[in-house]
Amino acid sequence: MTTTTPPATAPVLEAGKPTAAAIAKRKLTSPWASLAAIVIAVLWTLPTFGLLISSFRPQRQIKTTGWWTFFSDPQLTMENYRQVLDAESGAGLGSYFVNSLVITIPSVLIPLCLATIAAYAFAWIKFPGRNILFLAIFALQIVPLQVTLIPLLTLYVDAGLANTFWTIWLSHSIFGLPLAIYLLHNFMREIPAGLLEAARVDGAGHVAIFFRVLLPLMRPALAAFGIFQFLWVWNDLLVALTFAGGGNKVAPITVALANLSGTRGTAWHLLSAGAFVSIIVPVTVFVLAQRYFVRGLLAGSVKG
Amino acid sequence: MSTPDTNVGKIVLMVAAILLFAAVVGAILFAATFFRGRRADRLTAYAYLAPTLIMLLVGLVYPGVRTIYESFFNAAGNAFIGLDNYKTIFTDGDQLTVLRNTVFWVVVTPFVATGVGLLYAILVDKARLESFAKALIFLPMAISFVGASIIWKFVYEYRPDQANVKQIGLLNQVLVWLGGTPQQWLVTSPLNTFLLIVVMIWIQAGFAMTVLSAAIKAIPEDIIEAARLDGVGPWGMFRFVTLPAIRPAVVVVLTTIGIGTLKVFDIVRTMTGGQFDTSVIANEFYSQSFRSDNQGLGSALAVLLFLLVIPIVVYNIRQIRRSEAL
Repeated sequence: MTTTTPPATAPVLEAGKPTAAAIAKRKLTSPWASLAAIVIAVLWTLPTFGLLISSFRPQRQIKTTGWWTFFSDPQLTMENYRQVLDAESGAGLGSYFVNSLVITIPSVLIPLCLATIAAYAFAWIKFPGRNILFLAIFALQIVPLQVTLIPLLTLYVDAGLANTFWTIWLSHSIFGLPLAIYLLHNFMREIPAGLLEAARVDGAGHVAIFFRVLLPLMRPALAAFGIFQFLWVWNDLLVALTFAGGGNKVAPITVALANLSGTRGTAWHLLSAGAFVSIIVPVTVFVLAQRYFVRGLLAGSVKG
Repeated sequence: MSTPDTNVGKIVLMVAAILLFAAVVGAILFAATFFRGRRADRLTAYAYLAPTLIMLLVGLVYPGVRTIYESFFNAAGNAFIGLDNYKTIFTDGDQLTVLRNTVFWVVVTPFVATGVGLLYAILVDKARLESFAKALIFLPMAISFVGASIIWKFVYEYRPDQANVKQIGLLNQVLVWLGGTPQQWLVTSPLNTFLLIVVMIWIQAGFAMTVLSAAIKAIPEDIIEAARLDGVGPWGMFRFVTLPAIRPAVVVVLTTIGIGTLKVFDIVRTMTGGQFDTSVIANEFYSQSFRSDNQGLGSALAVLLFLLVIPIVVYNIRQIRRSEAL
């Protein structure tokens, strides 16, 4: 099915034959169809737009007037962003932002490393128990995070790892592994066996086959998982809240924002700017790599 | 183990961690080249799988089993109380509200999000600026639930209804423009739960639209052409051609959103903290486990979540398999 090819990047089929949807739409009489589409699009963008405008308005203005007054009385400032990032006078989101990066990058790369070799073993080596093991790992995808958190926390405390980055790296890696293995395995199975046979005849071992033949072909699958996992980890609140502890030593930006929303729920100059500081990274990643994202999204739909 | 305080220190630690795991993988790959003889392949496979299996056993299987076990114990985890925690979930007044809200979430979110997504996919199909129009709806998918919650909390923001006080939340301002009085939206139950559900719909509609739009474009042209020659009208085209053709995709989308909705935690946590009768199972799990220190009840809620997810996941996977989506 073509769900793996997001239409956003598909070429525009202008002269092509109309699809069923196009025919259905045409008789919805085009002006009404356009209007309905515009209404939905506006409803979907207006909330974000309002907060974005607010994040650039002076604090006093945000407090006393709605963001729509910006159009009759435009006043812009970067003060909110300066304050929300600053540790002295504001929320000190800067260090949480760094924490988010420090959390996310290994949480993507570690499962990717481990899953590639595991998926290789499942896809191309025959060994007893292969099918049952693969099925078991596939089934683990459905375990909700919640089921694992309390015992995992106890384990971390016993191991002396509590409130360190290791707890979050390990947790996200563990939770990401089943999906990564499943995705990469499926992709590897699609590579023609003849390619591997040829390499083997040439005397290549597992390692050589792995690096020279498979890895270059695996880029789309690696990207699909990488991007899915990146957004998942960056946007995660539950795992971070459970393991990162308070303070700005380990906690990521989502935790800082959630706390800010709880303790200073009316400080909209901080909340609005803070929200966009946290949003900018995943939105950039998403825009740059969205064609890989949908595949990962669908495959990862049952994760965690 | 200590955590560095400086940003540079954190980044050094991060690089070290990545290198450590890369080294583990490298060592395994290297060691496996020395396996010889009849069992070499088998040994290689086990070596490749070893780190993964250890992590999954310690980090998923053991904690899962442990949580099921804990769910039969009391708050402090030191006395076996049988099914009492589960009894509490299904009899206690607060817990029943939690269950009721979870039902609202799981029933409303998938259908509305899928409906909006399908409608929009049809409306913008082959329109000018189609990919731009789609990006507008899809972008919320990239935003964290926390960020989305703040965006919508601002929409629902309430200012006291006094002469000199202006509303700053869009929803209340619209109400004022229409001649109504501003409301404390997030305080009134059960309306507040539905206002939180709106946030989830806002996030998930883009997912529904993308998958369904791809499914619509995959309908073979000859079927459409044949139906058109038979004089099938627009509604008939939707009802008898489009809908049957994309049915598997619709089911996948509905179940996928359903699973995500069951586990929704961040939105409730950020917008109301579960107050004002808005809590759901996933949030209640967190509150009981880490705020009220009632590990037994927390574990039971987690297990309940697991049990509720299983049938939807099984159905979802069978549909994905059938439609060969992956």
